[in-house]
Amino acid sequence: MSRPEIHVVDYGAGNSKSVLNMLRALDLPARLSSEPGDLLTAERLILPGVGHMDHGAATLRGRGLADALKRRCLEDGAPLLGICLGAQMLTRGGGEGRADGLGWIGAETRAFDTREIGGLPVPHMGWADTWAVRDNPLLPPTSTEARFYYAHGFHIVCDDPADAVLQAEYGRAFVAGFQRGNLVGVQFHPEKSHRFGVALLARFAAWTPAAARKGGIAA
Amino acid sequence: MRRRPPRPRIIPTLLIDRSGALVKTVRFRRRTYLGDPVNAVRIFNLKEVDELILLDIDATRDGRPPNFERIEAIASEAFLPLAYGGGLRDLDAASRAFDCGVEKVVLTSCLTGGPWLIEAAAARYGSQAIVACLPVKAYWRRRRVHLPAGGAPMISDPAAAAKAAVDAGAGELLIYAVDRDGTYAGYDLPLLADIAAQVDAPVVACGGARGVEDFAAAVDQAGCAAAAAGSVFLFQAKGRGALISYPSREAVEAAWA
Repeated sequence: MSRPEIHVVDYGAGNSKSVLNMLRALDLPARLSSEPGDLLTAERLILPGVGHMDHGAATLRGRGLADALKRRCLEDGAPLLGICLGAQMLTRGGGEGRADGLGWIGAETRAFDTREIGGLPVPHMGWADTWAVRDNPLLPPTSTEARFYYAHGFHIVCDDPADAVLQAEYGRAFVAGFQRGNLVGVQFHPEKSHRFGVALLARFAAWTPAAARKGGIAA
Repeated sequence: MRRRPPRPRIIPTLLIDRSGALVKTVRFRRRTYLGDPVNAVRIFNLKEVDELILLDIDATRDGRPPNFERIEAIASEAFLPLAYGGGLRDLDAASRAFDCGVEKVVLTSCLTGGPWLIEAAAARYGSQAIVACLPVKAYWRRRRVHLPAGGAPMISDPAAAAKAAVDAGAGELLIYAVDRDGTYAGYDLPLLADIAAQVDAPVVACGGARGVEDFAAAVDQAGCAAAAAGSVFLFQAKGRGALISYPSREAVEAAWA
């Protein structure tokens, strides 16, 4: 069976190339997509990000990519993985910049408060042990040694704690990953996290969300 | 004293010259040729290093743009965070570097021309993607930021320059002690401590490291968030042949106070 291509959304302000590099090294069919029409046929998508929320969200909307993603992921149920800024943009926003997030998952993006994290430097740059707090498609709850690379000054706060599936610590516990149906997001950079990231992207590539099995997306 | 991050990063710094070859300098001058940087990156990748910093040390001096082809070839082998610096004179050059697959850009010379490039790059890519590099030279007890290219003026107060870079949007500071580069003399701890005490952003030590004890000193004594080094990861020992190495997490953790 041929595996469907993973479309990596290229909106001109992310590290789409890094993500593509790792997917290719994993032998997963993948390509960059910068056109709304291209996204509408995507079976599996990654929204990467090393950008500024303001610029990223405005670009996604301005190029018609936000509408295409909405149709494909919210209406048709295609699995979507947001990475770092890509994950933050799925929230309502509220932190970085002025432009609002897409608001597709009930969550906010907030700046780290240096007082809350005991005076640690902000942004949080570096590796952190990361663990699953409930079943999820990205990291097995049995995993005890996973560590990932983080580079963020903002963190995600889920309205419903049940959506916060991965956790890490930087002076305080924070949401390292969320899942709501076919939408998943991670605060760290799996494409830059050695074998831990390799394993996570491979799991995402093999995942069929429950909603997608019922219809919408041909598996 | 600033609180130590849970996992301070240990970062090999790789220098490339105008031909795209990997080199290592002593005090930013005498160079040892070390071959193909792509090979080195493959090895560091296998060793699961925390992060890599790649600097083209001739681009600014030559007045040429970065060697994007080379950066892309290197980035394609790096499944770990990669920062690139050298010859990034405008936002377009920084954008192209990101398109090559690097996570962060290292900006140096822009400090003389005002913080506009840091501001513009941070506005588009976020502070976490912007590293300001301050090459610092010691003059007796004084320290000065020493910008190598084109007879640029020196900035007398490194901590003030560091603060200005962070205010402009730099998310990280790479403090490179020029006269310790390649000397195995240890980090300039008073300089690092002075800067780390005055900025909120992570400070990365560079220049002079001999081994894990120096990494620990930079973090525990000077308050740095990370420790970078070149020679110690590229040579068997001072004055000896090339050998790529990287300490185990256990060895690093055993050195923390």
